[in-house]
Order: sequence, then structure tokens, then C-alpha cells
Amino acid sequence: MIKILTDNWSTIITGFEFTILSSIVGLLGSLILGTVFALMEMAPNKFLKFIGTAFVEFFRNIPLLVITLFFYVVVSHAVKINGFWAGTIALILYTSSFVAECIRGGVNSVDPGQMEGARSNGLTYTQAMIHIVLPQGFKLAIPSLGNQFINLVKNSSILSFVAGLDLMYQANVISGANLDPFNTYIVIGIFYLLLTGPLSVFMNHLENRLR
Amino acid sequence: MSKLKGKRIGLLAAVVLVVVLVGSLVFGWTYHEYQSKTKNSLKNIKSAHVMRWGVKSDTRLFGLISPKTGQSEGFDIDMARTVTKQIAKDQGTKIKPEFTPVTTSSKIQLIKNNQVDAVAASMTITPERAKIVDFSNPYFPAGQSILVKKNSGIKNIQQLNNPKSTIIGVMGTMAMETTKKFAPKAKLIAMPDNSQAFSALQSGQGDAMTTDNAILYGFCQQSKDVAVIGGTFTNQPYGLAMDKGQTDLQKAVNRALKEIRADGTYDRLIKKWFGNIPGLDWRELTK
Repeated sequence: MIKILTDNWSTIITGFEFTILSSIVGLLGSLILGTVFALMEMAPNKFLKFIGTAFVEFFRNIPLLVITLFFYVVVSHAVKINGFWAGTIALILYTSSFVAECIRGGVNSVDPGQMEGARSNGLTYTQAMIHIVLPQGFKLAIPSLGNQFINLVKNSSILSFVAGLDLMYQANVISGANLDPFNTYIVIGIFYLLLTGPLSVFMNHLENRLR
Repeated sequence: MSKLKGKRIGLLAAVVLVVVLVGSLVFGWTYHEYQSKTKNSLKNIKSAHVMRWGVKSDTRLFGLISPKTGQSEGFDIDMARTVTKQIAKDQGTKIKPEFTPVTTSSKIQLIKNNQVDAVAASMTITPERAKIVDFSNPYFPAGQSILVKKNSGIKNIQQLNNPKSTIIGVMGTMAMETTKKFAPKAKLIAMPDNSQAFSALQSGQGDAMTTDNAILYGFCQQSKDVAVIGGTFTNQPYGLAMDKGQTDLQKAVNRALKEIRADGTYDRLIKKWFGNIPGLDWRELTK
């Protein structure tokens, strides 16, 4: 196992970097997009509500691999898009639908009195939502958001299907060359733990601090 | 007090979890070793009357799922069938072939896990692989080539030897390694299987796709706007693979191969699958 590490150090590190990059982009992208769509889902405006719900239901209910291959194989006819970005964009869209649901859940469990109070103090719906209700909803959504972010890191292994150069892709390349998938995947599994372990500790910490 | 108790239980649970994880890993490994030391594939095949083959499900001409039957069909499958029949005849018993789909990267692991007895999956005989599995004598004379879009203007692999070119290979194939020798400057990306590599080529993710000529010819048959160019630049025959140390089975397979070559069955199979491919003379393959 040590030999796999020393023989393929630079390959593994390249994969590690791409997985981290994809995870960070995916995390930020899906958090922003997810919040936007959660707000749309809850909007009083019927049209916005329809768009938000349609988006969430669409991307939540098709497999990540299908979205990824759609960007890699179909969209790339029109726009040049490599495996890494095809996978990462798919990851953002897919995860943001789940993030939107988490945030909606969080906001829904905020006491309705908060909204009523804010409105009766003269704030508009948008102001009340953004300054009063959404921050509290976020706090309540943190545990389930943590789950989604850990899933996101693990789901980034989807990049391996479209030559996205991530950890899983490198694992396949390495095990194709050394013909020892057993130990190679164990090593790669440990690298994923190095990413998800601290992330879940951090999310727990955040959860405890904000409570 | 109860909080302290809760903490203790948590700690205990964590310890138990780690022990179970490590334990199952060690157990799995030793069982695996034990199994590979004591197994005799030929004996198992004879007593079960079933020979389990790993075959491709995504490779035209060699092993491709037929939408009509839901079964893999191709030269490899016919080969596996014929070899099984011949072994049964030689051993004086009845043996049925059974097929499991494998991918390029999973085929060796499936042999090692004893999920299949042998693999007929367009597999090149290489010294590295021969350390891990045993090969039969060659059953198909393959060589590496490249497939490009007809309108790309690429004539040979040398033209791809620059950092701007991207060559698509298939994960876990020998072609990945040899391409590094013939076009070291080109960017190389690996797709999980043949059909995905081909759709990547079609959607412009790379300038050329490389793997064995026979597989590439299969794609030419399927799509009119691609062509195999520049001939083969390696000589990499295919072999049937079985687990390391299964000498009895290896001997039986080799004997069967020799017999089907002698009685003309082999030529018939080659003609059946490669007889009508433009730019390929099937008689070349039977030499």
C-alpha cells in the first residue's frame, strides 16, 4: 500500500487537487444556486414559485450521471466543455436542488411570527425574508446542509466517468496500470476520508456553535 | 452523570465500529488468499457443469448486448461457447457456458474474486498482466490503431504528437500505455469503456480514439463519418485469461483452442464476425 502511494504520489495529488477544486466550486455554486431556488420556491409570486419548484423537482429526480453525461456528450457539441467542468456543473445543479430543499425546510420551521412581526414593523416581504427569516432558516438548515456537502464531496467522483482527472479517475488509471485495484481503492478511500472527515467535524462544530 | 454515560457509550460504539471495520478487512483479505490457494477451477467447472465467462457488453464484434435478446453477442462470446463445448467434449461431461458482463477495468478483479472462471473480453496478453492472471495461447491477432473523424484531416498518429491534441483511450487498456510512447506530447484522457470513448470522440472531446484495430473497425461499421487510419502500430494478440495457478484449466483451454483451429471452427467464427468489414481481410486474421 505504501508502494502505491510512493509510486503514484504525483498522480494521486493531482487527483486530490481536482477533487478539492470541484468540491469547493460545487459547494459555493450549489449554496448560492440552492438559496436562490429555495427563495423562488417560497416566493408569493406564482411564476417564480413555478420556476423554482420545477428546477428542484427536475434536478432532484434524475441521476447525477445522466446530467453529467448530458453536459459532456450533448452540450459539448455546441459549447466546448471538458470533463472536469461538465462534471462540476452537473454537480452544482444536482446538489443545489437538494440544498434548496434543505433551506426551504429550515425557513419553514422558523416561527411564522417572525415574518408577521417583521412585516408589521413595516419591512417589505423581500426585506423581511432576507434580513429576518432566511438567516434563522439557515441556522436550522445547517445539519442537513452538512449532509449535502459531504455527499457533494463524495459525488464528485462522478468526474471519473468523464475523464475529469479527479481522485476516482486517477484511482482507475492507477489500478489499470498496477492491476491491484484492491489496495489502490483503499488508498483512494483514505484520501476521500481526509476531505470528508474534517468537513463533517467542521459542520458539527458550526452546528454546536450556532445553537 | 447521564451526559458522561452518553459519552462513554459513544466512545465504546466508535471503538467497536473501528474493530469491526478492521476485522472484516483482515478477514476478507485472508479468506481471499485462502480461496485462491485452494481452488481448482477446472474441477469446479466439471462438478458444477457450468463454466462462467466474463465477456464485454459494449464492444461491437467482440461482445455487445443485443437489444433483441438482452444477451451479449460477438466473436468473444462465440469463442467462449465453442471452447466450453470443446472442453466438455474433451472431459467427457456436459458443461454449460454462463456469461457475466465485465468492463475493461473490472475483468481482472472478477477473476481474482472467483466470480468468473475465465475471461474472453478482447484482452491483450501483456507481461504485467501475466504476472497476475494466466493466459491461454493467443486467439486473436490484434494491434493498436487510431480512429478519427473523416473530416479531421488526420492521417497518422505522428500528427497527434503535440500538446494541442487530445487522444481518447479506454481505462485499463494497454493502448493507454503504448500511446504514451507513440505520441508522448499529446494529452491523453481515459473513458470508462469503449462506447463512452466513442461518444466522447463524436462530441469533440478529443481528436482521436485509440484502442485495438478490431474494436475500432466495429465503430466504423456503426458510423459512416469515422475512419481507422494509419494501420496498426503494435502487435498485441488477445488471450483468454484465467486465475493465476489454474494450470489444469489453462491446459484444457489451450487444448480446446488447438482443436477448434484444426477442425475449421475457428476460421468459420472469424469469417462470421470479420468477413464483411471494409478495409479488413478476414483471411489475414486466421494466419
